[in-house]
Amino acid sequence: MLDNNQLLRFTTAGSVDDGKSTLIGRLLYDSKSIFEDQLAAIEKTSKKKGHDGVDLALFTDGLRDEREQGITIDVAYRYFTTPKRKFIIADTPGHIQYTRNMVTGASTANAAIILVDARHGVIEQTKRHSFIASLLQIPHIIVCINKMDLVDFSEAAYNEVIEQFEEFSSKLLVKDVRFIPLSALNGDNVVNRSDNMEWYQGAPLLHTLETLHISSDINKIDARFPVQTVLRPQSESHRDYRGYAGRIASGVLRVGDEVTAMPSGFTSSIKSIHSFTTDLKEAYAPMSVSITLNDDIDISRGDMIVRTNNQPEASQDLEVMLCWLNNDEAKPRAKYLIRHTSNEEKAMIKEVVYKIDIETLDRNFEDKSLKMNDICRVKIRTTKPLMVDSYRDNRSTGSIILVDDMTNETVAAGMIV
Amino acid sequence: MSKYYLNYLDELESEAIYVLREVAAQFQNPVILFSGGKDSIVVTHLAKKAFYPAKIPFPLMHVDTGHNFPETIAFRDNIINELGAQLIVGSVQDSIDNGRVAEERGKNATRNALQITTLLDAIEENSIDCAIGGGRRDEEKARAKERFFSHRDDFGQWDPKNQRPELWNLFNGKHFEGEHFRAFPISNWTEMDVWNYINRENISIPSLYFAHEREVVWRQNSWIPNSEFLKLDEDEEVVLKKVRFRTLGDITITGGIESDADTVEKIALEVSGMRQTERGNRSDDKRSESAMEDRKRQGYF
Ligand SMILES: Nc1nc2c(ncn2[C@@H]2O[C@H](COP(=O)(O)OP(=O)(O)O)[C@@H](O)[C@H]2O)c(=O)[nH]1
Repeated sequence: MLDNNQLLRFTTAGSVDDGKSTLIGRLLYDSKSIFEDQLAAIEKTSKKKGHDGVDLALFTDGLRDEREQGITIDVAYRYFTTPKRKFIIADTPGHIQYTRNMVTGASTANAAIILVDARHGVIEQTKRHSFIASLLQIPHIIVCINKMDLVDFSEAAYNEVIEQFEEFSSKLLVKDVRFIPLSALNGDNVVNRSDNMEWYQGAPLLHTLETLHISSDINKIDARFPVQTVLRPQSESHRDYRGYAGRIASGVLRVGDEVTAMPSGFTSSIKSIHSFTTDLKEAYAPMSVSITLNDDIDISRGDMIVRTNNQPEASQDLEVMLCWLNNDEAKPRAKYLIRHTSNEEKAMIKEVVYKIDIETLDRNFEDKSLKMNDICRVKIRTTKPLMVDSYRDNRSTGSIILVDDMTNETVAAGMIV
Repeated sequence: MSKYYLNYLDELESEAIYVLREVAAQFQNPVILFSGGKDSIVVTHLAKKAFYPAKIPFPLMHVDTGHNFPETIAFRDNIINELGAQLIVGSVQDSIDNGRVAEERGKNATRNALQITTLLDAIEENSIDCAIGGGRRDEEKARAKERFFSHRDDFGQWDPKNQRPELWNLFNGKHFEGEHFRAFPISNWTEMDVWNYINRENISIPSLYFAHEREVVWRQNSWIPNSEFLKLDEDEEVVLKKVRFRTLGDITITGGIESDADTVEKIALEVSGMRQTERGNRSDDKRSESAMEDRKRQGYF
């Protein structure tokens, strides 16, 4: 693999039987990412279940069995590599837990694959998946129109899906949408270009994934450095060393930059940036580095170092799109722990403004309950100010989770409006 | 103009360092589970980077089956020395002697399952609230669903059906007294990534990973090393072969493969053309389809 190869994370969404498992299996198989012992296991099971040939869908097997048993399903991660990129698939199957799973998988994704069955076109689920992808601000959406073999590889069928999709997606905030006609079962336009659809001028799916331009998806403008931990070696060789360790959430920091530590507001300038023993002139998201400053100011975990002329908002009142992830319903005005970057404070959900009807995408101003898989706009009040950006500008400093301190469970995930 | 993006290895490294620093910040008493295998060596290397110029702020813990490759122990002691770190050893032999567990019997007896008790006892005795492991999601299907921060109840058990959702990079390590966490900084790495990283960073690894002449026995489709612990069947024959190991575990069940790869580069090349998963050579995973999931539920690594 080449040194400048990037990592691309994507999710896959589709309703049951659209061919998601087959598509993932096909991607892995045609890119030669399935090992012999895994293939042998699949062949064995295929025979046992009476299929002719290998059922590629069985590769995503563990979760499939769970689905058949109707058990709560979880996100599973899968990996493959081509000579151009490394890929991480967040495979988010499931029906009942759908929202919760897809939100989880989408939170770190660069791209979303949304499957549509060519025979059925855009259905409610397609809209739901696209809405979640846009809510989580996945930068690239690839609509895969599958089972083209069952509609005679018809260009008209393909165009109709595009039309249906564009009709409703105009209301969503998605920057980059592409459409690929394919047959996961036979491999048309998955890894190899299809001979059955000469009319399609675009690239097959894998080539699209390999060439999506992702380096500009991370915010490179607003420098944000949440401090994870303070390094104080107190050793002979580093007696006075005081380094701030963290992962740059967004933007670029350079030695010499005038910076402010938030929330204290103390200012200083960057003395050094290093990654292990290497001194750097500049560092950018998502690098993990350590930073030293020219002044001795009091900074600890949860604080944020930012450029003095570009600061996030320090706020105790947040407007958040909240996705409820827990079986227990939210209690009115209940208190939670809120985690934002490396910071943690107490918080209260003051008001549910509206709930999104996930079927119609309408706003419901009557139903103010927060139940598992609900997505609501809420007002949250925190005990101390958080240094926030809007999620639209910054996926790192615009996201929060809520933790119930009675159960310690993660009960909700939110995107700051 | 410099490029403002990371390549895949830098991004994986940055993610792992982030996870390690979160562990240091969110837990009182973490340890690195150090087996002497390449994955735990890589995790230890990442920890060295994460906290430099300070020392790694937690001890290394080795669950010693007593069925070791001698090379592994020498390597372990060497690393401990070099890092100036503290070593905690949980001994399976002690667990057997104390009657906590009973040795398996028969030809394919291993101490693999016994490790669970030793590990959980050591976690409890040392009041450890987070054990950092080198587990990777690509190893096995039960691991594909693992979190970076994985909750264990007060019996040390994993409940795959009831895990905390993990979004963005916001990890929740909150737990009650007696519970603990497992943290997996290299969750997103594949075997290939590990080798490429070892190569790039010039990390030293036990000689067992390199092709060498060794006495071995053909059993369950791989070359099991001859050792004082191995019980031979009548029809089994000890032969001398040039082998190397893809994973290092209990010497009685870790199978080698025939290979000429004697440098990290050659290994990386060999692995990239490999047609079998690395666990294909571990007889403990061959016992049943869900062998790993069952062990993990009980508290395995
Ligand atoms: N004809 C045809 N059948 C397909 C195609 N992709 C998947 N299928 C079939 O559709 C059914 C459901 O596929 P599966 O991958 O299990 O769907 P999932 O529920 O979305 O994971 C299976 O019988 C597949 O063989 C395709 O491109 N063409």
